[in-house]
Amino acid sequence: MSTGVAIVGVGEADEVGILPHKSAPQLHAEAALSALAHANLRLSDVDALFTCGLDFMPSLIVAEYLGIRPAYSGTNSIGGSSFVAHVHEAVLALRAGVCKVALITHGETRRSNRRRGVSGRPAHDDPWVPDWQWERVYGVATPPPAYALAATRHMHRYGTTSEQLAEIAVATRAWAALNPRAHKRDPLTVDDVLASPWAVYPFHVLDCCLVTDAGGAVVLTTAERARGLGVPVVEVLGSAVAHTHHMISQMPDLTETPARITGPAAFAQAGLGPSDVDVAELYDSFTYTVLVTLEDLGFCAKGEGGRFVGGQRTAPGGDFPLNTSGGGLSYTHPGMFGIFLLVEAVRQLRGECGPRQVSGAEVALVNGMGGYLSSAATAVLGRVA
Amino acid sequence: MADDHDLTAARPPISPSPDAAPFWAAAARHELLLPYCAPCAGHFFYPRAFCPSCGSRSVEWRPVSGRGTLYTFCIQYRSNLPGFVDAGPFVTAIVALAEGPRLMSLLVGVPADPAAIRCDLPVEVAFVDYDDGQSLPVFRPAG
Repeated sequence: MSTGVAIVGVGEADEVGILPHKSAPQLHAEAALSALAHANLRLSDVDALFTCGLDFMPSLIVAEYLGIRPAYSGTNSIGGSSFVAHVHEAVLALRAGVCKVALITHGETRRSNRRRGVSGRPAHDDPWVPDWQWERVYGVATPPPAYALAATRHMHRYGTTSEQLAEIAVATRAWAALNPRAHKRDPLTVDDVLASPWAVYPFHVLDCCLVTDAGGAVVLTTAERARGLGVPVVEVLGSAVAHTHHMISQMPDLTETPARITGPAAFAQAGLGPSDVDVAELYDSFTYTVLVTLEDLGFCAKGEGGRFVGGQRTAPGGDFPLNTSGGGLSYTHPGMFGIFLLVEAVRQLRGECGPRQVSGAEVALVNGMGGYLSSAATAVLGRVA
Repeated sequence: MADDHDLTAARPPISPSPDAAPFWAAAARHELLLPYCAPCAGHFFYPRAFCPSCGSRSVEWRPVSGRGTLYTFCIQYRSNLPGFVDAGPFVTAIVALAEGPRLMSLLVGVPADPAAIRCDLPVEVAFVDYDDGQSLPVFRPAG
């Protein structure tokens, strides 16, 4: 089955990493032009724009910078999963006929912003917004302690270990070694991860994603129009979005994420299941994020994530290719990673990944996880023969 | 190792929202007061003027026992947040109250050492007093 919508182009900014000489809008534009070239389309073809993470009116800023006047735009902002949620929304918009070519962009200079003393995002400065008085006063205002709280509960309930979490960091680094654009490419061992300093218990520094500068973009159109573009067609077979809370202390069960809702929904729409997936791109803000998402999407039973990733099963040559770009842990992570999950999944399905290509990849699963394990957006993508 | 002294020295600013003012006023009296939904016959957290389970506006404030269990924890070794910059390692916790609701807190009275802390530990409320008259509810192992 299919939604009748295809991803016809993906792209990154001209460079990713540490880019003090680039602005965020510039990264949006570089990625957009790259993705449109990948789709054999032009800026003037774009009539819908989806973006977030840039100031207060991101779609106005980005559309103006690109020189486009979209008939429709969306700025759903649910954390790092947003751009996968934008795929879901683009599918709805294209199917409804309100647009013909949808562009999703992300560009962020999270790393270099620190030196400039800017945040790039809307100020979160009203102390009457709930997390200020219910979490911030207890030292929780960023993802690391929030995800750590969830991981501790999972470890207690299911016996998940630091070694199992480290397996994910090691396997992801091995994929990064095959990606020339990856930020961290030196080999890593489980012992290296366990010997790295605590970031916030139970996470070592090497359990945590990078902070970089980067941009990415995705172009979608109807499957019908896609067939005339002269590029490989990757269809969106199923997609779903859900969120269950904002603050981690309001999460219904700290060991179950909203991917437990979106995974089955996206698979059902696609008429496929976990065993049909050839390559998986799962948001890896932390090693734990991957482990719990594998469970919630149904790749293994609840509580079995630690055993599932053992023995470098997800590394190159293993039987479950996972986060083949090197992920947020080793490739790049400019504050939000969702767009890059899509970029890598589409490249894998188009057979464009060189030494890290998963041979015969026909179905890819993309899962964005945003906020404080708050939101999930899942997309099942398939190459059309 | 974090101890009560370190956390007493910490001064994370509290700005009570209008719908939560009774919670913070009670905390200053060293009482833990939560909203209670009459139709649901149960407490909920965090405070709103309606019940997030059923939508009822029949909400009143009722004290809770201050007892519960440690649902989960993490140990923060450094923090840029106001009040925690110089706190040293400290234990952030989510506590499940005996009455049901969970809330974010700090675990005090234990070393900030993972070997010394286990989930599901019985805990009881304590209060860190601020110079300005406000108090922050925290939890310690039940005595």
